[in-house]
Amino acid sequence: MLIRPASDIPPSEITPPEIYRERRRFMQGMGALAAGAALGAASEAGAGAKLAGVRSGPYTLADDKTPYRDVTTYNNFYEFGTGKSDPAENAGSLRTRPWTVAVEGEVANPKTYDIDALLKLVPLEERVYRMRCVEGWSMVIPWVGFPLSELIRRAAPTGNAKYVEFVTLNDPRQMPGQRSRVLDWPYVEGLRMDEAMHPLTLLAVGLYGEVLPNQNGAPIRLVVPWKYGFKSAKSIVRIRFVEKQPLTAWMAAAPREYGFYSNVNPQVDHPRWSQAKERRIGEFLKRDTLMFNGYGPQVARLYRGMDLKKYF
Amino acid sequence: MGAGLRNPKVWIALACLLPLARLIALGASGGLGANPIEFITRSTGTWTLIGLLVTLSVTPLRRLTGRADLVRYRRMLGLFAFFYACLHFTTYVWLDQFFDPAAIARDIVKRPFITVGFSAFMLLIPLAATSTHAMMRRLGRRWQQLHRLVYPIALLGVVHFLWLVKKDLTEPLVYGAILALLLALRLPWGLNLLGALRARFVPARS
Repeated sequence: MLIRPASDIPPSEITPPEIYRERRRFMQGMGALAAGAALGAASEAGAGAKLAGVRSGPYTLADDKTPYRDVTTYNNFYEFGTGKSDPAENAGSLRTRPWTVAVEGEVANPKTYDIDALLKLVPLEERVYRMRCVEGWSMVIPWVGFPLSELIRRAAPTGNAKYVEFVTLNDPRQMPGQRSRVLDWPYVEGLRMDEAMHPLTLLAVGLYGEVLPNQNGAPIRLVVPWKYGFKSAKSIVRIRFVEKQPLTAWMAAAPREYGFYSNVNPQVDHPRWSQAKERRIGEFLKRDTLMFNGYGPQVARLYRGMDLKKYF
Repeated sequence: MGAGLRNPKVWIALACLLPLARLIALGASGGLGANPIEFITRSTGTWTLIGLLVTLSVTPLRRLTGRADLVRYRRMLGLFAFFYACLHFTTYVWLDQFFDPAAIARDIVKRPFITVGFSAFMLLIPLAATSTHAMMRRLGRRWQQLHRLVYPIALLGVVHFLWLVKKDLTEPLVYGAILALLLALRLPWGLNLLGALRARFVPARS
């Protein structure tokens, strides 16, 4: 039998939790003051605030996480511009309070949730997921959120609910990128019901244990880790249950290039570039892209018998 | 030293090196962002295109101003465009694909935007190789015919950019519009326009 040696840190060296938490509160106060001063406005439950009571969830990847700085400065969020650094530069104009999310359509219990009620709906958990962008780069991100299925169960979809549609805020005053017609606003995404109910599908409200920065889709966004990043709609204001497959923003923009499913698939190339490999942000050499972004064991059964070249 | 500083060629060459200096400075200070290889690829590609457009603007400018000596700077500008094209190509082969010949060959055959960019680069090589005075003399009339390749090369460069962007075509279209203008200024209509502008705004030199 293996007997582990006792920790060589004497108990006197360990900070008692109350003092540790006290320090933390103090530091957070200082941080909030600094952030408030920098913004020149009250930063309600703003980005960077620690989320309380987050437990570690299932599906936590052992890979090195992409640094916070890269996750929050290299983004595709066309509502704030089409350049990678545009969202971090322009998303300050987004107001995440007050914020409501309407759950509607083919459900027994339609309801408009206040964002703060959504945050308390179920305990928040951390999940470290791979994120693969359709452009050929990837990250590993520690999200904080809760399974979308928890919300769906409360909405009680009717037998007609075959798909779920997600709609992003449409307000060019807050989202300057919407003044350009680069996509048909609002941004719309969709999932099949079984995809939406899958335990991997997350509604994220934070990353790295903190409130989601605006450029990452605050205050609430979808995370579907086995699909290309654009499927994970950001800054959601409406979740609608429908009978017909929704027309997503990217399908409307370029139907030949972006399909409804958009599962990560190294064997089905984008019409203009290969999807066989990807560059993990922070790494030099490209790595092989994994089928379903490495989540095949969990999700491959959803697509059994489907021609994934046809349903790309 | 003093004579060197009075030569505009020195200043133009230094200006042409600024984009490279910027990349090196950003690289040294960690300023290339989350995806440095993409940044370098994008930047060297953009400067190749700008270099080509600047080179193509020499002749219209000469016609507009009547200053025949401007043509003396054209070779250097063209060679700088080729220099950035080489950096762009090297970035792709080395940093992006890491010398994977199979992957590169597949890309060139299967990806239209790579096919187009690669063709443009290949076509630039003979132009750079024949840019010396000795070659101009040796080729005579055929030199000019050969160097008209720069028009399709610039066009391929714009198409290369257009086909690679995901959705927002603004930037490649701006380059495309400038190229269209520079080419139009070589047509009879454009030559007339340049002549008229010159008569109106540029004082005749005695």
